Amino acid sequence: MKKYIANLTVVENRPLNDTMFLTRLKGETPLPEMRPGQFAEVRVDNEADILLRRPISINFVDYDKNELWLLIQKAGRGTRRLSMLKAGDCLNLVMPLGNGFTMPAPEERCILIGGGVGVAPLLYLGHEIKRHGGKPVFLLGARTESLIAELDLFQSLGDTYVTTEDGSMGEKGFVTGHSILQNTRFDRIYTCGPQPMMKSVVKYASATDTDCEVSLENRMACGIGACLCCVEKTTEGHICVCKEGPVFNSKKLLWQI
Amino acid sequence: MANLKVNIGNLQLQNPVMTASGTFGYGTEFSDFIDLNRLGGIIVKGTTRHAREGNPYPRMAETPSGMLNAVGLQNKGVEYFIKYIYPEISEKINTNIIVNVSGSTVEDYTETAAMINELDKIPAIELNISCPNVKQGGMAFGVTAKGAEAVVSSVRKAYGKTLIVKLSPNVTDITEIARAAEAAGADSVSLINTLLGMAIDADKRTPILSTVTGGMSGPAVKPIALRMVWQTARAVKIPVIGLGGITNWRDAVEFLLAGATAIQVGTANFIDPAVTEKIIDGLDEYLEKYKFQSVQDIIGGLQV
Repeated sequence: MKKYIANLTVVENRPLNDTMFLTRLKGETPLPEMRPGQFAEVRVDNEADILLRRPISINFVDYDKNELWLLIQKAGRGTRRLSMLKAGDCLNLVMPLGNGFTMPAPEERCILIGGGVGVAPLLYLGHEIKRHGGKPVFLLGARTESLIAELDLFQSLGDTYVTTEDGSMGEKGFVTGHSILQNTRFDRIYTCGPQPMMKSVVKYASATDTDCEVSLENRMACGIGACLCCVEKTTEGHICVCKEGPVFNSKKLLWQI
Repeated sequence: MANLKVNIGNLQLQNPVMTASGTFGYGTEFSDFIDLNRLGGIIVKGTTRHAREGNPYPRMAETPSGMLNAVGLQNKGVEYFIKYIYPEISEKINTNIIVNVSGSTVEDYTETAAMINELDKIPAIELNISCPNVKQGGMAFGVTAKGAEAVVSSVRKAYGKTLIVKLSPNVTDITEIARAAEAAGADSVSLINTLLGMAIDADKRTPILSTVTGGMSGPAVKPIALRMVWQTARAVKIPVIGLGGITNWRDAVEFLLAGATAIQVGTANFIDPAVTEKIIDGLDEYLEKYKFQSVQDIIGGLQV
């Protein structure tokens, strides 16, 4: 897929809770084709000493409105600066990057399991699964109710289950403890979130012999497979998360689980 | 349009703007963003005699106006390069492709160079005696005049085309190493490779890089690189290729004024994948503005 350097305009930059915000961007020209699971490298302006772009997964693409959505967590100075963008500001992105999720056949039963800000790529994935005639099921986890982002949007796409660690919403505990996973068998699992969570999802997937794709977010520099900084150790040796990933079949990873 | 042509030994460059090894993959990663054929040259990823897995993750830490890397020369080895990568890039890319050659022993360097000598469409190699991220060799050869002399003279016997030697800044006197490389038959020296640095995670109380230390690059190192290029250009007769923190055409002009015949762009490719074309255009406009016929007119043109 051809990659672009694009200047997009901020339509809205809205806090969703204490740590996350949603940046809606609009293009002057039609946005390129983007696949669920791909990401953009976003430049952080107005902070002279912040050098590198920030890899941010694609939360949603609204081709009708020509809008790109990024769901971002304030994790450091770069993302905090991005949280201060105002409507009308310009943002420079390199996109779309990475491989994206494998799209299921319409009849396959899929569960999309997200933790914290890791729900970000699952919205667009769920949307695309539904658009192709599938019925995505979502399982979203967070520490507490306020950190479950975009719940209404997920609910509009399919059955949505929630766990919170403090029990403030949905079932109390971690996603892998949710009853839906005990009661229902799925053909495919897609997951994105903190690594301990994804590891326990992968453990569940291998115990139930379910195909599972995980989205990684290793520390990146170039975003296009040139610098070899963001490597993950796999069955094929060290490969770049930015180019060969960020989505990997769990069988390819050498995680100790 | 001014004349941008420069020569490095027998190597002719249509303009002095090249890309630094390890920051530009094999060139094709950037073909969506720029016309690769406009570059003076592309220095591809460090290549070793045998495949290397590189260092464990994490390999990168961002620092103020810079970054540290500890990739550790991950590559599939020279045989794989010749069989699979060279045919593809030599067909797709129509400018100078230069291979960065690394190794752990003099024999490794020499064998690798001899194998690349056979490739028609590779007019030059850059000998990396300055990688700070591998335990054996690499920088070990580049930190003493004797080590540099040993590896460069051996490679010189096996390699007939343009031989560039990439120098480490992690030395007391870089001009001494440059002179040793020149005496051993190098056609050019390129500098600087990365500066040895370190980053710590205060919350976790651990190093950020798996290797604890790594190589620092980016705009933060530019003044050091510029100083070393200035010193080296006055110490040797062979052309000097300048690199270290070049982010825009103005930086490139500064290196040329300090005595560099050509420049390399590294870390800046990560920030703007199209930066190299902007540097070529900016350099041309600069020469026009000050009515220089040729880029040669500003090389070493610093008025002190």
